[in-house]
Amino acid sequence: MTNTDIERYSYDVVVIGAGGAGLRAAVEAREAGFRVAIICKSLFGKAHTVMAEGGIAAAMGNVNSSDNWQVHFRDTMRGGKFINNWRMAELHAKESPERVWELEMWGALFDRTKEGKISQRNFGGHEYPRLAHVGDRTGLELIRTMQQHIVALQQKDAKEYGDAEINLKVFAEVTITDVLIENGAATGVYGYRRETGSEILFEAPAVILATGGIGKSFKVTSNSWEGTGDGHALALRAGGKLIDMEFVQFHPTGMIWPPSVRGILVTESVRGDGGILTNSEGKRFMFDYIPEIFKDKYADTAEEADRWYKDQANNRRPPELLPRDEVARAINSEVKAGRGSPHGGVYLDVSSRLPAEEIKRRLPSMWHQFKELADVDITEVPMEVGPTCHYVMGGVQVDPDTAAAVGVPGLFAAGEVAGGMHGSNRLGGNSLSDLLVFGRRAGFGAVAYLKDGSTKPKLSDAIVAKAHARLNAPFARTGGENPYTIHQELQQTTNDLVGIIRIKSELEAALVKLQEFRTRIKNVTVTGGREYNPGFHLAFDLENMLIVSECIARSGLAREESRGGHTREDFPKMDPKWRQINLVCAADGEGTSSTAKPATMMSKELAGLFDPDELAKYFTDEELASVKGGSN
Amino acid sequence: MGRQVKLRIWRGNKENGDFQNVNVEANEGEVVLDVIHRVQATQMPDLAVRWNCKAGKCGSCSMEINGKPRLACMTRMNTFEEDETITVTPLRAFPVIRDLVTDVSFNYKKALEIPAYSPPANLGPGEARMEQIDVERSQEFRKCIECFLCQDTCHVIRDHEENKKSFAGPRFFIRIAELDMHPLDTLRNRKRTAQEEHGLGMCNITKCCTEVCPEHIRITDNAIIPMKERVVDQKYDPIRWLGSKISKREGIS
Repeated sequence: MTNTDIERYSYDVVVIGAGGAGLRAAVEAREAGFRVAIICKSLFGKAHTVMAEGGIAAAMGNVNSSDNWQVHFRDTMRGGKFINNWRMAELHAKESPERVWELEMWGALFDRTKEGKISQRNFGGHEYPRLAHVGDRTGLELIRTMQQHIVALQQKDAKEYGDAEINLKVFAEVTITDVLIENGAATGVYGYRRETGSEILFEAPAVILATGGIGKSFKVTSNSWEGTGDGHALALRAGGKLIDMEFVQFHPTGMIWPPSVRGILVTESVRGDGGILTNSEGKRFMFDYIPEIFKDKYADTAEEADRWYKDQANNRRPPELLPRDEVARAINSEVKAGRGSPHGGVYLDVSSRLPAEEIKRRLPSMWHQFKELADVDITEVPMEVGPTCHYVMGGVQVDPDTAAAVGVPGLFAAGEVAGGMHGSNRLGGNSLSDLLVFGRRAGFGAVAYLKDGSTKPKLSDAIVAKAHARLNAPFARTGGENPYTIHQELQQTTNDLVGIIRIKSELEAALVKLQEFRTRIKNVTVTGGREYNPGFHLAFDLENMLIVSECIARSGLAREESRGGHTREDFPKMDPKWRQINLVCAADGEGTSSTAKPATMMSKELAGLFDPDELAKYFTDEELASVKGGSN
Repeated sequence: MGRQVKLRIWRGNKENGDFQNVNVEANEGEVVLDVIHRVQATQMPDLAVRWNCKAGKCGSCSMEINGKPRLACMTRMNTFEEDETITVTPLRAFPVIRDLVTDVSFNYKKALEIPAYSPPANLGPGEARMEQIDVERSQEFRKCIECFLCQDTCHVIRDHEENKKSFAGPRFFIRIAELDMHPLDTLRNRKRTAQEEHGLGMCNITKCCTEVCPEHIRITDNAIIPMKERVVDQKYDPIRWLGSKISKREGIS
């Protein structure tokens, strides 16, 4: 190979991903005085964060002054069924308000309360109105504000140094195929420019993964094409670990008709603002699906549920606002029982609940989305909705305080690609806040690593040569398959065998299938040139989706209980013994392994925030005894 | 069920290119982007098309469909006649990279030229108070998904490459308007710099930008015209003119 063909750069910090987490991390490292490169697969400002609708959860107490970080922490742990990394949940609950206010200082314009403060809306699993929002396009506001803040920092550099990009540069439409490792530590990243197919190398002692999710491993998903699990796969191949990969969130309400839009998200705000779920018999069925552990918090009659929208102090919440895993399973059961809508979903109705003008004001992009994509006016008729793969709770195992990837010095991970924060199920609104809280922490984690005085390994030619060879392999092969066919089959397999309801035999069958895909993917052949060639791009994305799917299936097979985003038909109950265990995936030769590791126990102070009766639903007797006051 | 449709797709790069005709299946409810993806998966694996969310929220799949700037993900196939040949071309105002993908870096350069939001110095986190009615004006412009269809259709630059240097385009006029109307922004003279540095005066309000905006932002009526009026007020009002000479300020908020 000729090194001269490779575009080379040197930075202090390289951030992979330009969504909320990546941009917040970049700001943190830049403001600490370091040179930062931001790399993204799409154009700047198009990241999947843009799709977030409902809002950003932060206990500011603007709408209900009883809210505080402790209540937010409790809700997050409950939503995740207590398997969350408690330290992450604690940091998240404490720091979210500061991150929201910071956005406002950078120019974000949230909807307001009557007093002129940032308005907050109700959402599933949150005890009080907690989601700061901008209509139903909060993600767009977050990404644009961050993007514009990056531009503001560049403008400062332009003034001071005469070059806007001297310290902070965005490399758009670049895909990273390898994190380069020397002596076990990160030394840079390798990839290609999507436009030209030419190779690009970044030397950097600190690498932050902020690559988002894995939805494209599944057939029905709310994720854009970018959600191919790149960061998950990069971390594994670099020697990092993935935890909790069996926990995949199926958002209960995705569009289901017409087929071409199947999976596109219908925001939870529809339910937060009064929308109800009904089956083909016209029955508001969620009252039948309130699990025992939530009975004291959710209304069991339509009258009480409806009163709650006006008077939350004296009524329990409508069951439509149960955590997402509960609602998704309920919809699945209704459809299976033959009470589904014509296209295999259920009805979500806001038309009979709010005046047309109010719907258009509160849910403008939903109105728009259904009108333009499905020719349905949601102010007049109900929507047809069904579960869609939305979010992966699992991800790179990290140190909660610094977002440092466990086992790989110099590698950091924040946002959806990191695991632990959300436990077995994420609450709506906790994702945008997660991006900012842990994006910032990854930024300063990287800064602390750069300043710690340790010697950082230097990049060797041999490692670069290896990455170069891997990148060029698909062009050298002949006679293999087209990557599109394999992708479709892979998505069908995960959907059918590792989907919302799982069972041992199917998970085993999935692992066999995935092994076959591995062989086929190795032979994928790319036709055409290197210039903006989507077939070439997909060839690499496929490897990532495969390794991620394998982790999900492997951990899903190991976890013999049902909890949050992991439902086993053969083990339908939640088991406190399994709460003590995280399943940890690692690369194992060409494949992956999944190992059970003890989960960390919540500190006594945090456990003290809960009613002991509630903890008894999740903890073993020994654990309960250990967190109770008195002796130790 | 599926029907056969005829597509005429421009393929090529910055040096040369030509139209290629394909027949492809289209199913109920599909949009142009679905059909292009089917062409990619079955007939032209290296057909270049930029896209991302496929839900009209990210503004990536901008192209020209039968000569009109559109988002391919929001253009339904059933809006065309049964036997119509649908012509798909890259955005005309920007240089082609390959096939349907253009180099839109012009817009990112212009973004760097607009002075950033400038909050009051003494405002602490969480202290901001704004009325809903006051934020709504700027919120309309912040709906922008940066698809750059307005930039593409604007005839000031569409057929006049030479104007690009001194003209920011509708996308950045609404950015300036948004900051100008932001209740807390402290930077003065935004309207005047829009006129003097970003080419607001070159716009002759034909409203083409408003027509193509997929977010239905009233670019011309709510951003461009009010800014133009204020600029004119200032420039030709003798008292304001005198005031501006004395105080060195714009004189209006």
